[in-house]
Amino acid sequence: MTIPVFAFYLFAASALVAGLMVVTARNPVHSVLWLILAFLSSAGLFVLMGAEFVAMLLIIVYVGAVAVLFLFVVMMLDVDFAALKGEMARAMPLGLLIGVVILLQLGVAFGAWETSQIALGQRDAVVAEGMQNTAALGLLIYDRYILLFQLAGMILLVAMIGAIVLTLRHRKDVKRQDVLAQMWRDPAKAMVLKDVKPGQGL
Amino acid sequence: MISADISVMMPEIALAVYAMAALLGAVWTGKDATAPLVTWTTVAVFLGLAAWIGLGGQGERTAFSGMIADDAFSRFAKVAILVSAAAVLAMSQDYMTRRGILRFEYPVLIALAVLGMMVMVSAQDLIALYMGLELQSLALYVVAAIRRDSVRSTEAGLKYFVLGALSSGLLLYGASLAYGFAGTTRFDGIIATIEGGHASLGLLVGLVFLITGLAFKVSAVPFHMWTPDVYEGAPTPVTAFFATAPKLAAMGLLARLLHDAFGTATADWGQIIALLAVLSMFLGAIAAIGQRDLKRLMAYSSIAHMGFALLGLAAGTAAGVEAMLVYMAVYVAMNVGTFAFILSMEKDGTPVTSIDALHLYARAEPLKALAMLVLLFSLAGVPPMLGFFAKFGVLRAVVEGGMPLVAVLGVIASVIGAFYYLRIVYFMYFGTEREAVETRMVPVQWGLLMASAFVMVAGVVNLFGIEAAAAAAADVLVR
Repeated sequence: MTIPVFAFYLFAASALVAGLMVVTARNPVHSVLWLILAFLSSAGLFVLMGAEFVAMLLIIVYVGAVAVLFLFVVMMLDVDFAALKGEMARAMPLGLLIGVVILLQLGVAFGAWETSQIALGQRDAVVAEGMQNTAALGLLIYDRYILLFQLAGMILLVAMIGAIVLTLRHRKDVKRQDVLAQMWRDPAKAMVLKDVKPGQGL
Repeated sequence: MISADISVMMPEIALAVYAMAALLGAVWTGKDATAPLVTWTTVAVFLGLAAWIGLGGQGERTAFSGMIADDAFSRFAKVAILVSAAAVLAMSQDYMTRRGILRFEYPVLIALAVLGMMVMVSAQDLIALYMGLELQSLALYVVAAIRRDSVRSTEAGLKYFVLGALSSGLLLYGASLAYGFAGTTRFDGIIATIEGGHASLGLLVGLVFLITGLAFKVSAVPFHMWTPDVYEGAPTPVTAFFATAPKLAAMGLLARLLHDAFGTATADWGQIIALLAVLSMFLGAIAAIGQRDLKRLMAYSSIAHMGFALLGLAAGTAAGVEAMLVYMAVYVAMNVGTFAFILSMEKDGTPVTSIDALHLYARAEPLKALAMLVLLFSLAGVPPMLGFFAKFGVLRAVVEGGMPLVAVLGVIASVIGAFYYLRIVYFMYFGTEREAVETRMVPVQWGLLMASAFVMVAGVVNLFGIEAAAAAAADVLVR
């Protein structure tokens, strides 16, 4: 067994186990930690495929930002997961039935899986000879798929507008800082010097 | 090259730029005080773009390495989407202002949703399809919950969001299977891998998941569960919007996907679509019988109508697509008029949506009652109205497509469904004496109600020429 093959099985097995643990772990915080392991293993698989840029993205974006955010949210939410699990137990038989049926169907589909004869020809040669995959990815995103990239930007804009529309409340009873008013204040008008005689007061 | 690409997408780009400009302008100036102005400019932009696309577009062009197509089909769908969105936006301004829920983000979100729909109906690639669909859906989730102080509105938004996310997941799963089989996400590449009129097993499983995801969006049975709750919980103008443009866009997208990417395997998906259609027609017809709330009723009505439109697609022929397009255009026109009426129903200043409020309405307002009678007859498919001819066109296409049994089932379902429309007419004309509902209409609502009713009667003559446009659109799709 060569080292790449060994590394592949190592990462693949840990990704699968971590994925399973995400859904079975009792403590939701542990679930998120298992999720991070799953991300890391997938990043390892990407490196093995020669896609080091995607691997680093996965670590920086998913492990570094998304999973940590998840962790905070899970820690802050006071959700009674035991009660949720109890609810789930009622729906379990039906869910299992549907799951088994879909699994069988997928088994049939993948058992007879055969990509189309012409699929290999249609598959785009993503990386040109001697090009790093970061550059290749940039060419695809900003050149060939520029429209989709811009549309993704519009989707993010909608998400931003939506978050503001649904949650932002302007409270009337709070004092707010007015930067311009502060800067335009004239020291001559803002304070008055009084000469207070000893023993007299104002 | 990029300039040629951009010239194909010009209307979409104009709409995107307008949406961003309107957002910035409103934030910088009067915020919600500018909301009516933004609403009306959005209406004007929609109508202007519709005129631009409808009068200016010609021929067939593709752009961005074949991901987007500008052809007769996309132009037909875009014009219908823009006009219906403009109509719904125009009639909702007064309602939302009076209830204090008109915020300047509302027309901006609607504009962005319409942008997503325009991308959907011209998509030639699975990724472009998904991007358009998400842009539309995400904006719709937000507007469903726009009355954020109301529990029911937020519940509607959340329910729609969760089920919509699930359906997006199914769609993506199907898309990845199709990509895995075909090696490309382009529609013309996928159709090239279908040999001998049958999709191979892998592609078929992918197709089933894709159809499932889209069936959620058109609320076809058995993926309709969200529809009544969302229609009831969302503010009425939003419900009116949900019932018109997004339905049209989703049907257009489904037609595009089935014919452009899987067009040579008609036998494979025809049965799936026919099953969805028959189930939707029956559930929509039967479940609505017990409903007393007009908005829930319209939800079930839309499920039944989507069943009929899907029936046209199930035929798998050019005539079927043409019948579907005409049906959708008529359906949207009927819904605009009906919702213009529902929007105006109120009692002591609060909106009323119960059908019991309409008892003996014809005595108080004979003209509006007559217009509603025409619209309800048309929705039910009673012969002299346009709704009948739309249904007839679909049934003819289905019979010619070799599925007479399905057509018979369609007729039975539409007879059952006629009951609840006719019951409202009965209440309006022969009901019992009750406290009457007021219908205070602004001129736009009155005009749209009357225009819609007029179209249902006068359109019988020549359908205002949309039949030719729909035929041209169908020819592009089915070759």
